[in-house]
Amino acid sequence: MNHSIVEKNIGLMVVLVVGMISFGGLVQIVPLFFQEETTQPIDGLEPWTALQLEGRDIYIREGCNTCHSQMIRPLRGETERYGHYSVAGESVYEYPFLWGSKRTGPDLARVGGKYSDEWHRAHMYNPRDVVPQSNMPAFPWLFENELTGEHTARKLEVLQGFGVPYTDEQIANARSEVEGKKEIDALVAYLQGLGLVLSERR
Amino acid sequence: MSNFWSAWIIILTSVFLVIQAWILFSNRKTPRINQDPDDPTTGHEFDGISELENPMPRWWFGLFVGTFVFGIGYLIVYPGMGSYQGLFGWTQVNQWEAAQEQADEKYGAVLAQYMEYSVEELVNNEAAQQTGSRLFANNCEVCHGPGGGGNYGFPNLSDDDWIWGGEPDQIVFTLNNGRVAAMPAWSAALGESGINDVTEHLLTFTGRSTDAEAAARGESQFGMFCAACHGADAKGNHLLGAPNLTDEIWLYGGSADSIKHTLRNGRAGVMPKFGDTLSEEQIHLLAGYVYGLSRQ
Repeated sequence: MNHSIVEKNIGLMVVLVVGMISFGGLVQIVPLFFQEETTQPIDGLEPWTALQLEGRDIYIREGCNTCHSQMIRPLRGETERYGHYSVAGESVYEYPFLWGSKRTGPDLARVGGKYSDEWHRAHMYNPRDVVPQSNMPAFPWLFENELTGEHTARKLEVLQGFGVPYTDEQIANARSEVEGKKEIDALVAYLQGLGLVLSERR
Repeated sequence: MSNFWSAWIIILTSVFLVIQAWILFSNRKTPRINQDPDDPTTGHEFDGISELENPMPRWWFGLFVGTFVFGIGYLIVYPGMGSYQGLFGWTQVNQWEAAQEQADEKYGAVLAQYMEYSVEELVNNEAAQQTGSRLFANNCEVCHGPGGGGNYGFPNLSDDDWIWGGEPDQIVFTLNNGRVAAMPAWSAALGESGINDVTEHLLTFTGRSTDAEAAARGESQFGMFCAACHGADAKGNHLLGAPNLTDEIWLYGGSADSIKHTLRNGRAGVMPKFGDTLSEEQIHLLAGYVYGLSRQ
């Protein structure tokens, strides 16, 4: 094909460029939609409870995921510090996933159970109280704001529509489970549930 | 991976490489050794100077060809073509396992030698203390503070006061299994006046009580509600994680207000377990370090 034809017809060039680029997506992304490894939950994986789900939304609202990743790579240095490397089957109920690639703070993929609830509360109220050299912001308003649970059931419904196995009973109880709870309770519940399915180091 | 998706990847990748090669070579021009004024030009002409239709420089063309050679080599050595495993069966996981094995070989013996020493003996082993301090910094300091100095709600490990016991076996058990304390809330059973009385009683141990009458009432209530865990003499019980209430060391503050707050709402301190994440040798070293903290 003579390059001058392509260069002088911008429409044709766009079509050809899109065609060439789409090879990458077709080869690297599309097959993943149909692999058991990436679409099936690992044994023992449960969807977030209503309270944890609200906590997850607070996590996103406060931008925790901009400084904390949730992705332990299969590198010895990482598994030594954080535990078993992350696997795709752990994230199948995550919409959207919060893997991230930027670590200003430590990875949180397996922070569940690593510290006590009280530690998380103290740390979130003012990180310097427990870790003097920390540069994490404080989140004192989480201790005042109360959850109304107004949209909780709807959130579960939407996720159910994506294939997350919530029961109708869970959706019916969603509001009462979170109503009146403080935001910090939801966030701590979420953090304490992170990465528990693969608890061993190796 | 199913055969369909394997074939999908192989075919698309191959087609892509062929298209790329075809574009590159079909547009290639032959270099001209002797420049002739009648040679075709690109049509770009300025001030009577025209640009000849020359091929792109050889080194540049060579780079393109190089990317093909690299790409094909890569697809042979590494897994990329569908289900094909690559020449050496490389995966992220077996690379990680190899690194893990290498580390076990390198550090395993070093760590294992410390198992020959008792926790008490590790206190005087400088190398063990250094490794222990690193483990402590990575795993324990966020709660117990640098050097184990403790924080509000998180016990000081450098004093000689222990909640769950400071003997080597007890420390190792705490590290492996964690601890869950359960101080109940007493506002329902004691009422506000009862809480005040018990607080007065507790303040007598450090000579801070100002109301002897209330302290006397508190003493009998202490016997009823508190002695079961904290002991009749209030000196605590390591088996239950009930702190000694007669000294001046307080986990949640020792002022009258703090004591009242604890009595009203209860406390539930949690020490997480590390048996899953740290190896037996690492726990042993950590125990040696923690045991040594209170003996410096």
